[in-house]
Amino acid sequence: MTQSATPAPPSSKVHHLLGHPSDLKGHLESHGPLNVALGRTASWQDGLAASLEASGLTGRGGGGFPASIKLALARSGGAGGTVVVNAMEGEPASDKDKLLLTRAPHLVLDGAQYVASMCRAHRIVVCIPIGRDGVASAVSHAMAERTSNRYARVREELVRPPDRFIAGEESTLTNWIDSGRSLPMFRPEKGTPLRLGSGAALVHNVETLAHLALIARHGPGPFRARGISEEPGSCLVTISGAMAHPGVVEVDRGTPLWDIAALSQLAEPVQALLVGGYGGTWVGPEHFGTPYASISLRTIGATAGVGVIVVLGESSCGLAESARIARYLADQSAGQCGPCVYGLPAIASDLARLTRGQGDEHVVARLHRRLREVNGRGACRHPDGAVSMVRSAMAVFARDMEAHGRGEPCPYWRRLTTLRFPRPIGL
Amino acid sequence: MSGLRITIDPVACEAYGYCAELLPEAITLDEWGYPMIDDRPLGAEFKGLAKRAVRDCPKRAITVREKKGS
Repeated sequence: MTQSATPAPPSSKVHHLLGHPSDLKGHLESHGPLNVALGRTASWQDGLAASLEASGLTGRGGGGFPASIKLALARSGGAGGTVVVNAMEGEPASDKDKLLLTRAPHLVLDGAQYVASMCRAHRIVVCIPIGRDGVASAVSHAMAERTSNRYARVREELVRPPDRFIAGEESTLTNWIDSGRSLPMFRPEKGTPLRLGSGAALVHNVETLAHLALIARHGPGPFRARGISEEPGSCLVTISGAMAHPGVVEVDRGTPLWDIAALSQLAEPVQALLVGGYGGTWVGPEHFGTPYASISLRTIGATAGVGVIVVLGESSCGLAESARIARYLADQSAGQCGPCVYGLPAIASDLARLTRGQGDEHVVARLHRRLREVNGRGACRHPDGAVSMVRSAMAVFARDMEAHGRGEPCPYWRRLTTLRFPRPIGL
Repeated sequence: MSGLRITIDPVACEAYGYCAELLPEAITLDEWGYPMIDDRPLGAEFKGLAKRAVRDCPKRAITVREKKGS
């Protein structure tokens, strides 16, 4: 399933994530030793902080927050924290983090070591869901290599949280590490730093850490040589849907959406792209030229999200696929907040009814009202993602919606889904 | 804008709905009985009722802060 379309010339001069050696010996040969051992002095830390700021690296787990600011906040939180390596990748259409950890575990773990040294954290916890044994064994093998070679300073451990869509939401993850409950926590101020025990919890996505490890070693130059000046660097994108070979590609930030989709062998003409994952945004053909960068995606109401592009072929029904995603997201609610518990299933059912041509005259108005009312009312952003996806579906597939609303569903709504779900999702 | 800011902890809330009875000016209920808060801050004259809403909530899901100035 997963493949890399990146040619990847392994050279430290060119910034790239895919194509590095997976074993410690090869890793050392291409990158040299982890250069944190020489001194964890303030000047070393400040130098790395300056390098990161100059790089313009942003978080690749969905938030897109500048890494340098996140680390500056963490550094002010004092010593004794925990670096949480978030490899939960609950998004069914995403493979990039699994691939990166399998192919270049040392790069990711090095990123965590740099963060730990900068923030004086005493522990690194890598979170890989139960069931993903291939990824977990690659990481535990890498950890064993590091231990026997006395390679790293800060203790690294592997933990296995449950495999659920929301399990990787950062408050959910720290809550699980702390208490064993894989449930999001309500934070009145969303920016409130997370804690684990008596220290700060520094949760980072694996791709962010791999970029960080390269920037820490080679400076911001190679990273900035890729991408666009407003949003430098490369990024991993999982492409799937109407294509022969779904997989992970590494592209420059700012690459037009269409150019990314076209890296795969498309199976048929394309009617829409789902950008940012199942809680992302549908994008119609008029916006296929939009650069894959937060600043540009924002102008069309989208975000880069978790690095996912799903291609919808013209022989699929966009409403039917959206209804399945909505049902999936409703099923994945943690079950804590009323608007999510009741709102998402209600929205999913109405969308499915509309798709089948069985909607009543109020169904569209009711959908709009519920989308408005549910948005922003959960402890986490899970319902907001579902709202964003359904809203964009109603805009991009507006013509279908009218036809289905008149009781004339398109000929394609009975087609089997081209989307990836962990288990069958009915319409 | 100054005034009272009401926050609901959506995890704790179990849709008892007393808050909406006490403060219909700021809180309405959705179709499942969960409170929806008006974004605009509430005038200081509602302080007593807001305090009561905090106290009466069986799940302790409401907080009220006084916001000054701006």
